Amino acid sequence: MTDFESRAGIQYPNGAGRLPPITAPAGRTRKPPVPSPAASLAPEPSPEPSPEPPAAREITDPSLAPGQDVWDRRVANGLAFLRRRLTGAYEVDEFGFDQELTDGVFFPLLRRLYQDWFRIEVEGIQNLPANGPALVVANHSGVVAMDALMLTVAVHDEHPAHRYLRLLGADLVFRVPFISELARKHGSTLACNPDAERLLGDGELVGVFPEGFKGVGKPYRDRYKLQRFGRGGFVSAALRTGTPIIPVSIVGAEEIYPMIGNIKPLARLLGWPYFPVTPTFPWLGPLGMIPLPSKWLISFGTPIETTGRAEQADDPAVVFNLADQVRETIQQTLYRLLEQRDRDGGDAPGASGTPGR
Amino acid sequence: MSTGQERRINGAIPRRRHRGPAVVLVTGVARYLGAQVAARLAADPRIGRVIGMDSEEPPAEFAILLAGGVEFVAADITTAAPAKIISSERVEAVVHLAVAGDRRAGGRPAMKEQNVIGTMQLLAACQQAPDLRKIVIRSSTAAYGASFRDPAVFTEDTEPREIPRGGFARDVLDIEGYVRGFRRRRRDVSATVLRFAPFIGRRANTSLTRYFALPFVPTVLGRDPRLQFIHVDDALEILHRSVVEDHPGTFNVAGAGVITLSQAVRRADRIAVPVMEHGLSAAAGLARSGVKFSLDQLDLFVHGRVVDTTRLIKEYGYTPRTTSDAFADFLRGSGAGGILPGDAIAAAERSILGGIRAARAALRDAS
Repeated sequence: MTDFESRAGIQYPNGAGRLPPITAPAGRTRKPPVPSPAASLAPEPSPEPSPEPPAAREITDPSLAPGQDVWDRRVANGLAFLRRRLTGAYEVDEFGFDQELTDGVFFPLLRRLYQDWFRIEVEGIQNLPANGPALVVANHSGVVAMDALMLTVAVHDEHPAHRYLRLLGADLVFRVPFISELARKHGSTLACNPDAERLLGDGELVGVFPEGFKGVGKPYRDRYKLQRFGRGGFVSAALRTGTPIIPVSIVGAEEIYPMIGNIKPLARLLGWPYFPVTPTFPWLGPLGMIPLPSKWLISFGTPIETTGRAEQADDPAVVFNLADQVRETIQQTLYRLLEQRDRDGGDAPGASGTPGR
Repeated sequence: MSTGQERRINGAIPRRRHRGPAVVLVTGVARYLGAQVAARLAADPRIGRVIGMDSEEPPAEFAILLAGGVEFVAADITTAAPAKIISSERVEAVVHLAVAGDRRAGGRPAMKEQNVIGTMQLLAACQQAPDLRKIVIRSSTAAYGASFRDPAVFTEDTEPREIPRGGFARDVLDIEGYVRGFRRRRRDVSATVLRFAPFIGRRANTSLTRYFALPFVPTVLGRDPRLQFIHVDDALEILHRSVVEDHPGTFNVAGAGVITLSQAVRRADRIAVPVMEHGLSAAAGLARSGVKFSLDQLDLFVHGRVVDTTRLIKEYGYTPRTTSDAFADFLRGSGAGGILPGDAIAAAERSILGGIRAARAALRDAS
């Protein structure tokens, strides 16, 4: 792994190809010569420190970017990015994670949703370690796994170390063409213990949604009610590798596609876990696939340490107890966040209102 | 090279136990890997005699290699012939390389006959051989199969989830099954099973290297599998060490790291043509002669296959060159011929950037 990463002759274009933020070293003191659309798009969340601009880690090709001119650098970076993509001169890790594509394409796209559509606010990001492994366990909702994608942006943009969250996905994800490859390039892999333990062993942050399809595919009336936590395989993986578990509660994803019905025969026909019916889907066709702009809050909880308990990884009593503890923490935090969101003025009328407990 | 007299002494009194085996039998010497391994062993002073076996005469290019000290025996491995050689020549080590993934004349039935029946016959003979102390078997990472339910990285202990649909993968599973039986019955014999990733390198000529030589490379629509290769020279080194040293067990043999199929195609200056999964074989058949897709390769091109080589590196103290480097070496050997070279893209990048800079400078001057 390390041998592979340290191979010479490979450019690590962290963030190259992405539009460099305006707060790049050259732009801090003097205004850029041309008004940038990115500047007007990026909202300045006043109380929170805005995500540290990744431009500091940007590697520019000196032969291509001699000037101080910000647009010149952008064009040069963009062209260099295209050239590397076209000639295959980039790296993927053994799980298929393509950091360059994630930084240059996936994150910029997701970031628009993250900042402007869902206006995500994050608390407790300091609970994630700056380095070394951790298992991030979150609630799952919203028909499609939008919450998982937003969580990766939250971890990367809000955390000072700009870490990548490696998601564990259901096997269905890896059965479908295109989706499977996008998932792998974005850093996901199959939710199974060998992969989870391998990633944790490599010191990665691993994200898991133990509710699985029971969580994403639950009807709107069950919003914010945590579903059963499967077999607790994530607990075994954490115990075996001595990795801290970080419970994460996500509020907001429940309302993006309020699922009011489920056409089971159609789901069976298509091989899907459910066929969602929302107020807009399938009635409005592709337009119905636009998520509702709910307000999101993400809370990273206090880590639950698991060191020195490797021998308990196969003990079902210990595993279920720990899983329950994580589940209860997430559930209680969800209730607290919902109240907080209501207090702060809530959001779209459908989004507010704490569901029945 | 040992003289005839030394040979007889070593054959009669197997006392050089601390050194390499006195008599080595290599199967499959009419093909590249077998011929190379046999020639390397023959050139090693620690090894006594090297007997090369195959059912057909080696082609001229390999015959020259074998002429340097390998005693060639034409014998059909699917018969009782290997038993006679092993007992009469007092063979101490058997290197079984007559296991092939690509089809020769006779198609799939002949390939299965050679792989499965051949290995059965050989192992049956080995079981009866009192002088035998080592067998080395060529296997393949195809043994892990490929499916969307598989973990991203296979270790030697990963069991395949289902019986693979590819013929070669099933042969490999059968072969490893026979080796397990052999290990139980002959605990005194050191058995090494090497699961090789697909071979690549400037001298490799496999269906995979021919595939990457196509100008337009057919791939599966919506799939970009992770691939791993092993450089042929590293495979030879590992095989050689397996005979000269003692490394019982099963090992993945592959270059560290991963390249995706799309990367590989572009690094080879080729253009990928995505086709529906069911059309891939037909598309490749139409594209040019010499490339035929088996179900083994189709599964590889849909799901990819990556293995862990920690055990190999620890046991052998040898690190094969990375998948990326092995592939680069293959490209150096295969020469030009790409239709969209990387140089052209870099040149285009420079001219576009130059053009934009000139245009902006002109605009600035004008305003």
